[in-house]
Amino acid sequence: MPDLTNLETHAHDVLVIGAGGAGLRAAIEAKAFGADVGLVCKSLLGKAHTVMAEGGVAAALGHVAPEDTWQVHFRDTMVGGKYLGNPRMAELHAKEAPDRVRELEAWGAVFDRTPDGRILQRPFGGHSYSRLAHVGDRTGLEMIRTLQDRAVALGIQVYMECTITQLISGADGVRGGFGYWRTTGRPVAFAAKAIVLATGGTGRAYEVTSNSWEYSGDGQALAYEAGAELIDMEFVQFHPTGMVWPPGVRGLLVTEAVRGEGGILRNAKGERFMWKYLPDERRAEYAETDEEAARWVTALSQGHETDARRPPELSTRDNVARAIYTEVKEGRGTQHGGVFLDISYLPAETVRRKLPSMYEQFKELADVDITRGPMEVGPTTHYAMGGIRVGAETGATTVPGLFAAGEVAAGLHGANRLGGNSLSDLLVFGARAGAAAARQASSKDAQPYLDPVQLQGANGALAAPLERPEGEDPYAIQRDLQEMMQRLVGIFRVEADLDEAIRQLAELRRRWQVVKATGGRAYNPGWNLVFELGNSLTVSEAIARSARQRTESRGAHSRLDYPASDDATWNGLNSVVTRAADGTMSVSATPLPQMSDELRSLLGGEH
Amino acid sequence: MTGIPASLGLPRKPPGTARQGLGATGRLDDWALAPAVQAILFTVCATYLFVSGILFTPLLGTPYEVDGYLSPLFSPLFRPDWLPTWISPGLFILWVPLGFRATCYYYRKAYYRFYFADPPGCAVGEPSLHKRYAMETRFPFILQNLHRLFLYLAFIPLFFLWIDAGVSVVHDGQVRLGLGGAILFVNAFLLTGYSLSCHSLRHIVGGQLDCFSCSRRTRVRYTLWQRLTSLNLHHMAWAWASLIVVTLADVYIRLLAIGAIADPAIRF
Amino acid sequence: MPDAHLRVFRGDSSTEGRFEEFDVPVEEGMVVLDALHWIQGHAAPDLAVRWNCKAAKCGSCSAEVDGRPHLMCKTRLSDFDLEQTITVEPMRAFPLIRDLVTDVSWNYEVNKTIQPFTPPTDVPQEDWRWQQEDIERVQEYRKCIECFLCQDVCHVLRNHETERPFMGPRYLVRAAGLEMHPIDQADRREYLKDSGGIGFCNITKCCTEVCPEHIKITDNAIIPLKERVADAYYDPIGWAWRKLRGGDAESGARAELPVLQGNPPQTDEAPD
Repeated sequence: MPDLTNLETHAHDVLVIGAGGAGLRAAIEAKAFGADVGLVCKSLLGKAHTVMAEGGVAAALGHVAPEDTWQVHFRDTMVGGKYLGNPRMAELHAKEAPDRVRELEAWGAVFDRTPDGRILQRPFGGHSYSRLAHVGDRTGLEMIRTLQDRAVALGIQVYMECTITQLISGADGVRGGFGYWRTTGRPVAFAAKAIVLATGGTGRAYEVTSNSWEYSGDGQALAYEAGAELIDMEFVQFHPTGMVWPPGVRGLLVTEAVRGEGGILRNAKGERFMWKYLPDERRAEYAETDEEAARWVTALSQGHETDARRPPELSTRDNVARAIYTEVKEGRGTQHGGVFLDISYLPAETVRRKLPSMYEQFKELADVDITRGPMEVGPTTHYAMGGIRVGAETGATTVPGLFAAGEVAAGLHGANRLGGNSLSDLLVFGARAGAAAARQASSKDAQPYLDPVQLQGANGALAAPLERPEGEDPYAIQRDLQEMMQRLVGIFRVEADLDEAIRQLAELRRRWQVVKATGGRAYNPGWNLVFELGNSLTVSEAIARSARQRTESRGAHSRLDYPASDDATWNGLNSVVTRAADGTMSVSATPLPQMSDELRSLLGGEH
Repeated sequence: MTGIPASLGLPRKPPGTARQGLGATGRLDDWALAPAVQAILFTVCATYLFVSGILFTPLLGTPYEVDGYLSPLFSPLFRPDWLPTWISPGLFILWVPLGFRATCYYYRKAYYRFYFADPPGCAVGEPSLHKRYAMETRFPFILQNLHRLFLYLAFIPLFFLWIDAGVSVVHDGQVRLGLGGAILFVNAFLLTGYSLSCHSLRHIVGGQLDCFSCSRRTRVRYTLWQRLTSLNLHHMAWAWASLIVVTLADVYIRLLAIGAIADPAIRF
Repeated sequence: MPDAHLRVFRGDSSTEGRFEEFDVPVEEGMVVLDALHWIQGHAAPDLAVRWNCKAAKCGSCSAEVDGRPHLMCKTRLSDFDLEQTITVEPMRAFPLIRDLVTDVSWNYEVNKTIQPFTPPTDVPQEDWRWQQEDIERVQEYRKCIECFLCQDVCHVLRNHETERPFMGPRYLVRAAGLEMHPIDQADRREYLKDSGGIGFCNITKCCTEVCPEHIKITDNAIIPLKERVADAYYDPIGWAWRKLRGGDAESGARAELPVLQGNPPQTDEAPD
């Protein structure tokens, strides 16, 4: 183990961990507030998972539907989240998203245009109006490149391929982080007056996921270990449409924009099954017949207004995912265990122009030409609605000096996230967290002092897997974890499975504690995996425990043993996960923050 | 505004681990095949055209026009009385298409690869004498930037090629639809396609604009730019087709002129 | 299905490097990156590979397969003769870190030298109006996922010692996206000619051949930029014309901006 007398240490006013959309946006805002900012990311700059976001960024600009306003966007977000979202966050999000999107344009983003030369918006599931500003089907790439260029232009210090394994705390809250360079394996420490976590989600705990290796719940686990509260962890979004074939690409995302542009879901018998699964209370918002849905698609593609209502495929993600899962489970799935998604009835040129990367993805990875035939799709783990509890205005966690934004934070999306709301989420709350962190930093004078005992401990934990003479293979533990989570804590859950999952997680953690990594420190993925795996285990336990506690079905959380929503017990209650004094995980529930009368009236007095 | 000075210097690239030396590569495919075929074809055509345009007539006395057909290498024909016989009138013309093709973006790609081995193929090593590399930043290759001047000039002979082709239809007071005339038309057509698909023209017509929708004028230029862009996609095909046909056209007319073949034609 | 035979480069900057061979069971649709993951999970847990999205959207898993630059996540094993050994090497134009991972930080340093997006200061953003056709070129350049395969294959960066640095295709593409943005006001032509070394490019098109996003790097980005540089520096006729007319070259400060023109919005004829 390298000793720490010459530990490489960097000091910044604000340390941002994670360089996806939220992290970049936070760093830019903190820098704009005059803070000295350091940005740490596990990968190269610009590779973060934001590039995978395809469909668009939701903002009530009203360019396509002038009647769209922040109030409607607020209501859609709350309704989509089954009234479990933080109303203040949903309000700020809906109000500020248009400005954040325009700001991107001012920084050089090149969105698709309306005929009158403004930013074009497309319809998406759960959004009342055409609301998603987009660039074909690679909106996330456009956003991250714009933010990356902006960060570069502002001269923000970026630490690439650097993993933070532990936050260093003091009596006054967090003071910095300890980690290592992935390229060399050398330890490194950062001292900071404020820290913003923007590390993304947790999907890597599952076998079928649209998420990359980075999505191991690092931020959630770091914050949890530092004493922060996690909420809503049971709400894991299964995106309805992931690729199911060939095996190598199973889980890879098929953008909702396919359905937004008119894609039709059919089971193996050729039935358009989504008609059956529309929830009664929302049925009036959707077309009644194939003909009406077709008129809506035609109007959309020709850019004119219509009184036709949306196709049933544009129901919320939780609903469509369950519908597909059920069709397959009941034997009406395709040969490879999915359903068909068909856009080939539109002119080939339209499909290629509107969905260029989907066209490429299927052509190159599955030998399917989506302009000529249907895609095979099935649900894939996609997004964590839950995460670190944050204050709506500031993104402040329950630990002083620690902020969070983007997918790692919770609150906006409640029990189910609408497509397109994650990109606007990370812009709005990334900026807010960055600003708040900069303010926090400016209120402190001296650079914080990093406790050498904690550094030593972190350094020891870093070296341990390499120094053990023998032990478990991290890849094997990861495979077992993913298989178990997929099987026991998937789309549909029951008490017995969740109990079993919690028991198995304890066993997996015991194996993890004696994990052995072979090889050296330089760019050693097996060794690197150990730390991500530890975080995955923590968040998996939080997911399983929260899921067991919530004895109802709501949004993305579906209990076969409690198939209905239980408004009497669970409405307006967030499950909360904290680290107890003895180091064990404890679960409880707290009520949602109060909603102002104005917001309540926007929801039509329903809740 | 942000704080990046306009002329901030680039950092020097750190060394990689590429195999060096002519032909050094990890590629397993026949990367040398296409450039070899291109080199042969190009060399044959270019050498023939040069010899035919400059040397044939002074040395061998073979005529370049016959029965109202003029070899495209000599059009427009400029043959003043004072011109000594050892100078071919092709000399006045040939430098224009030669310069146009030599500075052409497509031909540059092709001959940098097959003549200069710079590079011989993608991800294939180069001869060590390329160590000092300045390419188009220095004389002589910096002159490639004059491509557009040759483009302007190239339209002059092109105009006359259409005239020649048209004039050839009337011969001895008769309408003559001959193979020679057809070849001249095809030749003019392909050379027009080659010239219109030029990257420089595409730039001048519309590519230099940043805003296409700003005014009526820019919208017209945008439409032209789109048309030229679709031609430009096939610039390589135009380049080869026109090179081969202009070669064949000259061969055909010279064979007619020495009486080796006869021109099949309908006359009325 | 038969096993695939992979020959994978192992080593770091301090060693000579060697090839290790692995037999990997093949599933339908498998790509080279899947095979490497199998090797990590079953045979060589410390095999260094850089990857993220595994969907050809992030541009992390660049390497050379049988000597040709590829994104490993979209290089399918079915495209190879599985009887033959498939050789996987790191990108060769960059310094080696370990195994298949190279140090591409130089690219990020080059990026910092490009003048960023510079909109006019005197036009409010609410008045910006441009059409889809104005940005189609720029959107093509912005498809770039920064995999750096074009930088890797570019012979100027790969094989040559140049007396001044060359920015490489990736950053010519970025510069093209800025120069052709309908409202950008900066003029990067001097930078392209002097600092960026656009003249080093001899348009041999290898960058276009390897681009996984199918950006026509040479025809649509580099050649138009060379022409723009020629506008400013190598066009005696254009120069004389500008002197006569007293105007400026058409880049940077432009007369025409895509902004809302009073009321009603400017249209030529009724839309059809």
